[in-house]
Amino acid sequence: MNMVESITRPPLRPVERPRFIWAISDALTLAERNLRQIPRIPDELIFSTIQPVIFVLLFRYVFGGAITGTGTSYVNYLMAGIFAQTVIFGSTSTGIGLANDLQRGLIDRFRSLPMAKSAVLTGRTLSDLVRNAFVIIVMWTVGLLVGFQPQGPVLNWFAAAGLLLLTSFAFSWISATIGMAVSTVEAAQSAGFIWLFPLTFASSAFVPTQTMPDWLRAFAEHQPVSLIVNAVRGLLLNKPDFTTIWQSLAWCVGILIVFIPLAVRAYNNRTAR
Amino acid sequence: MKSEPAILAEGLQKRYGQTQALAGLDLRAEAGTVLGVLGPNGAGKTTAVRILTTLLKPDAGHARVAGLDVVRQANQLRARIGLAGQYAAVDENLTGVENLEMVARLYHLRGRVARQRAQELLARFDLLDAARRVVKTYSGGMRRRLDLAASLIMAPPVLFLDEPTTGLDPRSRLSMWDIISGLVSDGTTVLLTTQYLEEADQLANQIAVVDHGRVIASGTADDLKRQVGGERFEITVARGGDLTAAIDVLRPYSQGEMQIEAERRHILVPVAQGAQQLAAVVRDLDAARIPLDDLSLRRPTLDDVFLALTGSTATVEPDNQQQRGAGRPLARSNT
Ligand SMILES: Nc1ncnc2c1ncn2[C@@H]1O[C@H](COP(=O)(O)OP(=O)(O)OP(=O)(O)O)[C@@H](O)[C@H]1O
Ligand SMILES: [Mg+2]
Repeated sequence: MNMVESITRPPLRPVERPRFIWAISDALTLAERNLRQIPRIPDELIFSTIQPVIFVLLFRYVFGGAITGTGTSYVNYLMAGIFAQTVIFGSTSTGIGLANDLQRGLIDRFRSLPMAKSAVLTGRTLSDLVRNAFVIIVMWTVGLLVGFQPQGPVLNWFAAAGLLLLTSFAFSWISATIGMAVSTVEAAQSAGFIWLFPLTFASSAFVPTQTMPDWLRAFAEHQPVSLIVNAVRGLLLNKPDFTTIWQSLAWCVGILIVFIPLAVRAYNNRTAR
Repeated sequence: MKSEPAILAEGLQKRYGQTQALAGLDLRAEAGTVLGVLGPNGAGKTTAVRILTTLLKPDAGHARVAGLDVVRQANQLRARIGLAGQYAAVDENLTGVENLEMVARLYHLRGRVARQRAQELLARFDLLDAARRVVKTYSGGMRRRLDLAASLIMAPPVLFLDEPTTGLDPRSRLSMWDIISGLVSDGTTVLLTTQYLEEADQLANQIAVVDHGRVIASGTADDLKRQVGGERFEITVARGGDLTAAIDVLRPYSQGEMQIEAERRHILVPVAQGAQQLAAVVRDLDAARIPLDDLSLRRPTLDDVFLALTGSTATVEPDNQQQRGAGRPLARSNT
């Protein structure tokens, strides 16, 4: 076969399908690409897994003895907080990944192709969802090793995992918005993280809120991370609390309703330059 | 049917804050030809390419590529063009073959066709051996070839290459020239930007010289060289050598007016095909026993073009243009 001919005159015909099918397919193509990268930059995944493991060990063995009023063993209390914090921190990789693609010119490449425009964002949020699912499994195992004993029906545990994944997905869109709003990868990194520390620590994730000063307690008891942690904790310890479950779901859906359009707008503004 | 040019841009304008990146740019390339867009840093080359490839909307003016409007028919157009940007846009953490298959799938090719196409292009660009290595381990030239391969997945009728050889060593540059010539002889219309007159001369049928966002001269390479002066010998006669005798020896080679600076003992001889005459000139001067301090064959550079066209050399902008460039594998290497 003449090579040169094959370069310019192959029978190349794109497959015709409805647009929304292609939107899904393109998102999956990009999600797959993002996931393929994970084992090739192992330090990133290792770091993002080791960090919560260190948190588990520190809280379990350093503070565990001193913290009372949890109504159960501290490790049982702690794990819901660890899960929530891990997926929320993990969702920052969405904005960092997007900022990286932008800096490396890959988003220009994608935009020059006749693919679905939405796929860059949906592909990235999907792959981070899968990644967070993996991290939840790792943390669950670590928890069991240090004495975590989930209680009640297994179905509840899956419900807890489902709520955590929804949380991860919602926070990914916040992260995407931040990643597209700031101008460098480094900024995406710090701006993505910094506000999550007060949000996850000033909550019921690691300690009961009763001992906090009143002003802090008012915040801590009503902010979404506490609600999510309480819902997950109830589901894992056989005390499902439907109020916090509904409130958490409402928060996640609310975040998605607000931040999907914001992320899309930030992406459009950013790439229009 | 009247045949429309493959690329037609009229009055393109684009402003970034205080910078008027494009100030009414007009370009035209007939189907099957190569248009070379020649300009210094900051001239607006990349901005023009981004508009023509639908990545950026112009503030004013309009453009059609392959018969489609770049703004209103952007989506259809994307299926008919290929773009290899100024910096190779390949995924460092994927292998060569994964990169191409991903792009092919995003062009909505069937899986089997995508795989086959990736293999063809890897073979064509001499990347088969490296196909299963992650791109992080590729050299600059390999990345460029892979990037070009990605832009050729659909065998697009119109191809945009933004400084395709900047940062490549001379050998990789030659191989890139070969590849581009091959594509053109197969009928692809190519718009390429460059900072090197020599490159535009080698590859382009038409050249548009761009400065400060507009075309300041256009025509064939020969047209431009006529304005600029083409190749020339630069000869310095050693002290004690006979300058007048040297001028007599050189006169038959001269294609126009020789420039003589008597006190520097410097002679500029405009020539055609200088390389082929170099040996003869040396022989003749030697036979006439004229001692030389220096003899060189000079080709006009971008600076010479600018000198001739604007009376000033190409102003090289401070590289404030984009942080996006930072940390990319192909650092800009300007001569
Ligand atoms: N995204 C941007 N934001 C602000 N200014 C920009 C942006 N992109 C380009 N410019 C400015 O517009 C002008 C033209 O830039 P452009 O990148 O088109 O030049 P170029 O001819 O491609 O230069 P080079 O040879 O350095 O690649 C420059 O002054 C540049 O600083
Ligand atoms: Mg440029």
